[in-house]
Amino acid sequence: MRLDLTLIKPWIKPGARVLDLGCGDGTLLKMLADEKQVSGLGLEIDPDNITTALHKGVNVIEHDLNTGLGDFRDDSFDVVVMTLALQTLRYPHLVIEEMLRVGRECIVTFPNFGHWRSRWHLSRHGRMPVSKFLPYTWYDTPNIHFCTVKDFEVLCQDMNIRILHSSVINGENRHGGLARRFPNLLGVTAVYHISK
Amino acid sequence: MTEQQHATDTPFGSDSVGIVSPQTLHFDQPLMLACGRELPEHDIVYETYGELNAARSNAILICHALSGHHHAAGYHSADDRKPGWWDSCIGPGKPIDTRKFFVLSINNIGGCHGSTGPATLNPATGKPWGPDFPPLRCRDWVESQRLMMAHFGIEQWAAVIGGSLGGMQAMRWSLEYPDALRHCVVIASAMKLSAQNIAFNEIARNAICSDPAFHGGRYLEHGTSPKQGLAQARMIGHITYLSEDGMKEKFGRDLKAGDLKLGASGPVEFQVESYLRHQGERFAGSFDANTYLLMTKALDYYDLAREYDDDPVAAFSHAKCSFMVISFTSDWRFAPDRSREIVNALVAADKPVSYAEIEANHGHDAFLIPIPRYIAVFGAYMSRVGEGL
Repeated sequence: MRLDLTLIKPWIKPGARVLDLGCGDGTLLKMLADEKQVSGLGLEIDPDNITTALHKGVNVIEHDLNTGLGDFRDDSFDVVVMTLALQTLRYPHLVIEEMLRVGRECIVTFPNFGHWRSRWHLSRHGRMPVSKFLPYTWYDTPNIHFCTVKDFEVLCQDMNIRILHSSVINGENRHGGLARRFPNLLGVTAVYHISK
Repeated sequence: MTEQQHATDTPFGSDSVGIVSPQTLHFDQPLMLACGRELPEHDIVYETYGELNAARSNAILICHALSGHHHAAGYHSADDRKPGWWDSCIGPGKPIDTRKFFVLSINNIGGCHGSTGPATLNPATGKPWGPDFPPLRCRDWVESQRLMMAHFGIEQWAAVIGGSLGGMQAMRWSLEYPDALRHCVVIASAMKLSAQNIAFNEIARNAICSDPAFHGGRYLEHGTSPKQGLAQARMIGHITYLSEDGMKEKFGRDLKAGDLKLGASGPVEFQVESYLRHQGERFAGSFDANTYLLMTKALDYYDLAREYDDDPVAAFSHAKCSFMVISFTSDWRFAPDRSREIVNALVAADKPVSYAEIEANHGHDAFLIPIPRYIAVFGAYMSRVGEGL
């Protein structure tokens, strides 16, 4: 299980109504259904992921997040989750705004471009980082909007978003320790629990 | 109970239900119809595939579309060139897997393939019903399907499944008898027809009614059939079931006969003309004109949410089953947006729903075609239906 998914589990109440944006193959919703009896719905655009999610018994709707969440009513979900998809969106801030309209609380995880390895790569080589975690070339990548932990917190401030919890996962797939003190430098993945 | 258990030894392949034979059930008790009239007695022609399990929990109802019938899968004889209309999806190892499910496929009342309809005899007059056959609504089919359910001793369908008009029946089941189904699969359908859709149906009806052989619907008594009008109706309908790209790919501007070069004489015939004419003639030879009028009107009048203050969310709040909705990108008769309206209403009503929009250039007819992604998604959902048996 991806650590960001394990980290967000305690933030979701048993039996909650959960909308997972970019739910992938349904791993998170399946876990939440099995362990927390949530009633989950996933939005996904990749055909193979949709089929796999259906096989898992996860309810999934084919939907392009870049078209917004206009089809979903205000406050119709307890929690809206989006894991590792923020950086792929055309207008990330608009989707976050929509998430906070549709759900009372939101959980967002994203790769932290402020991590020291990215900084090192850029300053040492003068080129956009390509790593095991971010394996794409800059011109052919689904990741079009990288941001750092600091960038995200500034956006939350600008949008009057409350940060309920936050955490980062470091390179050893752990959280806590030094990374807690220097999240923007040592965090590989950032995990935020936010509300209006 | 059924004949296809030995299908693996037939020349049809291991994923075919093999040779099947239709059965007929006669219902003596009157069937009260939505129009307020009663059908005093009626016959239903049906086929079944697979075995009903001891708990009678593995039954699937197939609801057919406008020109469909009971023969959904397999072959009627070893010489049959074409299998049933949904053979791509029903059979061993196919999405509606007959190794797991007991599948019931019936010809709806008002139809013309053996069940009681305008072409059968009215017991009161001894003449064909013709235009006197009671007008039907979608819910009348649900009621008659419920009689079939009782006949087989089935208390709850594992799933009710349909494409197009069949999907409308499946949705009606979920509202009228919420406890009678666990899953509802709605393919290339809509909660109501658009004005454009009704307009196409009206042109089709107009073609039939203005055929001199129509005789106000009493053509059987005159020993004729409005074949010209019926063929035209089918040709118009058929164009709307395909997509522009699909037709371009299939026919282009290819010629069946003649030459378009300057100086060439003689009649020119495009492939698409020949194809449409053939489709029209074939249909006119096997379909009843009054049934076509009746079915298109049932389609036009269908409005899922009418009696729920035109609020689809209020309508679906009555449902208790899970839903799978599927649409096809090039379907302009039952466009993806119509399916998305169904999905949105179900989400707003807090009902479990999944949705896939399949990339396909086959237009509305795509729901009959074994497009790999369609089969994969449909099969994935049906495997879930199979787990709850």
